[in-house]
Amino acid sequence: MIDDETVRHVARLARLRLSPDEEQVMREELSGILEHIDAIRAMDLDGVPPTTHVIALENVVRPDVPVPGLPREEALREAAHVTDEGFGVPRMD
Amino acid sequence: MGLRDLTAAGQIAAIRAGETSSAELVEAHLAAIAADDVDAFLAVDAEGARARAREIDAMPERPPLAGVPIGIKDALSVRDVVTTSGSRMLEGFRPVYTATCVARLEAAGAVVVGKTNMDEFAMGSSTENSAFKNTLNPWDHGRVPGGSSGGSAAAVAERQVPWSLGSDTGGSIRQPAALCGIVGMKPTYGAISRYGLIAFASSLDQVGPFARSVEDAALLLRHTVGRDPMDSTSLDWPGEISTPTATDLSGMRVGVVDELMGEGIEPGVRAAVDAALGTVEELGGTVVPVSLPSALSGLATYYVLAPAECSANLARFDGVRYGPVAPAANLLDQYETTRGDLFGPEVKRRIMLGTFALASGYYDQYYGRAQRVRTLMVREFADAFEKVDLLVSPTSPTVAFPLGDRTADPYAMYMADVCTIPVSLAGLPAISIPCGLSDGLPVGLQLAGPAFSENALLGAAHALEGALAFDTRPPGLVT
Repeated sequence: MIDDETVRHVARLARLRLSPDEEQVMREELSGILEHIDAIRAMDLDGVPPTTHVIALENVVRPDVPVPGLPREEALREAAHVTDEGFGVPRMD
Repeated sequence: MGLRDLTAAGQIAAIRAGETSSAELVEAHLAAIAADDVDAFLAVDAEGARARAREIDAMPERPPLAGVPIGIKDALSVRDVVTTSGSRMLEGFRPVYTATCVARLEAAGAVVVGKTNMDEFAMGSSTENSAFKNTLNPWDHGRVPGGSSGGSAAAVAERQVPWSLGSDTGGSIRQPAALCGIVGMKPTYGAISRYGLIAFASSLDQVGPFARSVEDAALLLRHTVGRDPMDSTSLDWPGEISTPTATDLSGMRVGVVDELMGEGIEPGVRAAVDAALGTVEELGGTVVPVSLPSALSGLATYYVLAPAECSANLARFDGVRYGPVAPAANLLDQYETTRGDLFGPEVKRRIMLGTFALASGYYDQYYGRAQRVRTLMVREFADAFEKVDLLVSPTSPTVAFPLGDRTADPYAMYMADVCTIPVSLAGLPAISIPCGLSDGLPVGLQLAGPAFSENALLGAAHALEGALAFDTRPPGLVT
């Protein structure tokens, strides 16, 4: 149901490097799971609206008063690379 | 009876009566954790817990929870305590803030002793997807404790803590509670702040309690519910969670979900649930069959929605802001290599499934349809609660299964949540209580109610708990 090209395309979208073995296993497993999931494609859902929030909340706001955020040194303390008081990353090419 | 045999409420009473102290209780539980043979904890903060216990013991007036120890699922951030969500992606990560629900419990006088093992990023039903180790079921060390909050459940059953916090997306509190013979509750969606909970599927995730008594579950809930400015989906809680005292079910209409009592439910599980339904009637309740026609489509619906949401939530793990990073020549390579190396197989599977379901060309067929099936489920529950006060079913279709039994077949593992998922999709509260044994292993009974019916659910669960008189002590456990 899912071919190798789809697996590679989706892995690329998800920013996941998969080994050739993983791609193969993923193709088989995803196809198997989708066979079960396809049950919902056969259901009659005409006129049924989607649910995005089960408990309806509207216009959740807070007073427009500035509060201190996370201090910079705290925000950076768990990063593997810190450069110029920011997160360090390799070149983007 | 030793200190560890007391419920949390019992431990609080013993402290207040001057029979013990927070320091003594914390020491007794730390010793049990150190002697652990079920591998429930990933990190133990012995020094922090001892220091906090001494502080509380020195207070002129004790806080409500009096210094009783608690375990916290590793998906919840605790400042400066290593928090991994069961993943190598967060190995060594020390959060810079504490989750609101944990902070509230600490302020109320609970002492955090450590972080409990879990399936990686809460994806799984056996805790075997933890990147670090397996947790064993206290009732049979050859079997799984359930999941994803398996460590939190096993720790409570093994009496390493009187209670703990877990999180439940499709059954991750209720199912391990059932498999470990304890009480576990998923409250109404939005009841407890998720600020500091490492997100899995945001339209479903809820924090909730594990305990060895319904009273303890209510107490833990009381000190965690309510609106939090840091979580815009959290709700103002109407009234208070009261201490459950009901001893009968007079006048209560109890619906049994037909679809969740049939094929796929182990005979031993069905027998224990049937016996509990007899107890419902002895307590004055009326048992009526109820149909939720979409219930069995819940699993398929969930396995579109939850992976789709996880694929978005887990996009943040890219090696830049926290956790380990793979060496790479450029940024894209760094993202792909870090994520490819550090996510485990189940997490990758779900990210792939979710990315696929959201991809252009597939969105309407999968995500769009799943959201509409969800509407059917919400409506069917609403119709059911016109006729009955609460719904019951098995919590899990089987008792605890052997380690390794389902790891090769993803969908067989997913089936473990077939009874808990419909309630999650509708955002409703549900509690699992132990209702008997099948071949010496605990069986859980799930009770679900309308949104905000926590007090009624806890009351009914309390009445049943008293009548069922289930012994939560695993065989052979020495305390």
